Amino acid sequence: MSKPRVKVPKSAGAGDTITIKTLMKHKMESGQRKDKDGNKIPRKIINFFSATFNGEEVMSVNLHGAVSTNPFIQFDMKVPATGDLAFKWVDDDGTVTETSKTIKVS
Amino acid sequence: MKKLLSTVACGIAAMSFGQAAFADPDNNNLTVDGMAISTDVKAMADSPLDKLFSGWRFRESETQALQMDDFDNPSFVFVEDGEALYDKVDGSEGKACSSCHEDVAEFKGLRPTLPRWNEDKGKLYSMEQYINDCRVDRMGAEKWKWTGTNMTAMTSLISLQSRGMPISVATDGPVADILSKGKEIYYTRVGQLDMSCANCHEDNYGNMIRADHLSQGQVNGFPTYRLKNAKMNSIHGRFKGCMKNIRAKPFKPGGAEFQALELYVASRGNGLAVESPSVRN
Repeated sequence: MSKPRVKVPKSAGAGDTITIKTLMKHKMESGQRKDKDGNKIPRKIINFFSATFNGEEVMSVNLHGAVSTNPFIQFDMKVPATGDLAFKWVDDDGTVTETSKTIKVS
Repeated sequence: MKKLLSTVACGIAAMSFGQAAFADPDNNNLTVDGMAISTDVKAMADSPLDKLFSGWRFRESETQALQMDDFDNPSFVFVEDGEALYDKVDGSEGKACSSCHEDVAEFKGLRPTLPRWNEDKGKLYSMEQYINDCRVDRMGAEKWKWTGTNMTAMTSLISLQSRGMPISVATDGPVADILSKGKEIYYTRVGQLDMSCANCHEDNYGNMIRADHLSQGQVNGFPTYRLKNAKMNSIHGRFKGCMKNIRAKPFKPGGAEFQALELYVASRGNGLAVESPSVRN
């Protein structure tokens, strides 16, 4: 997995609903395809995504087959106070990619 | 889009109960993160078209929306790859692009003028050739494949610097002969389906081809992210796809034929704003 892209507002008002956008570059190999010699290409997808705000889970997704290349996940959340929003992507091969952004609540 | 609207109107009449999605007026205003980009322009007097339209105008609203926000635009994944490559040292000289060209913003204004005549080399040059010349002569690195992933990531990054600027390729002087060769290719019917570029992109733009609207075949948005193959597509790569569709044997990407065609097609879009990196289906 490469560097994740996330779009999080830098600041918000207390209790505001904000929109978070995330995009991870990933091939999302479905496991259904075959290579030139007819051998099955093993499945390799991002199977789990989660967002955690100050240690508390905001949302999580189990991803299965039929999710497109470079999965784009967008969600809305309410921000109660200033804190860090941490994102996590888990690959089939066990690789975990993490990033986090700080939201300032005024 | 006059031609498009009339097609839609007929469709609704024929179905008698029109769908709301169809009846929505076609949104013609492209703004990317607050920056307005014009998607049509009056054609020059010598153009075979009355008005030039960017391919963006022929896409579904969902596809159009993807291009209106740089985060939603999947091209930017590849632009970021391009940024990493820009700073990456490669080859025997121990140099990266950024060793000579400190800030990529210095390429602002380059994309609208390409392809152009390279006086030193005595031939027509596309962006791909300038990049490969730098890689070989200055960096001592291997050439990149014309339509390859590294190349399209780099051309996306460089083209982005000129976003919003009008295309203005030179059509006179040393390139005049190449331009007329490109025009000949554009209007020559080839392949089992016996079609020329003009049959679709001049005579029938706005009409349906299978489930899709034909565009004018303008290149102002290239390199372009296609939903079809989830990657950046170069101009020559797209030409190749078109030729396969009409069951013709494609010319070689990077070859003289496609370069002549690139010049001619770019000149047909003189005045249209650069949209690279765009999103198409």
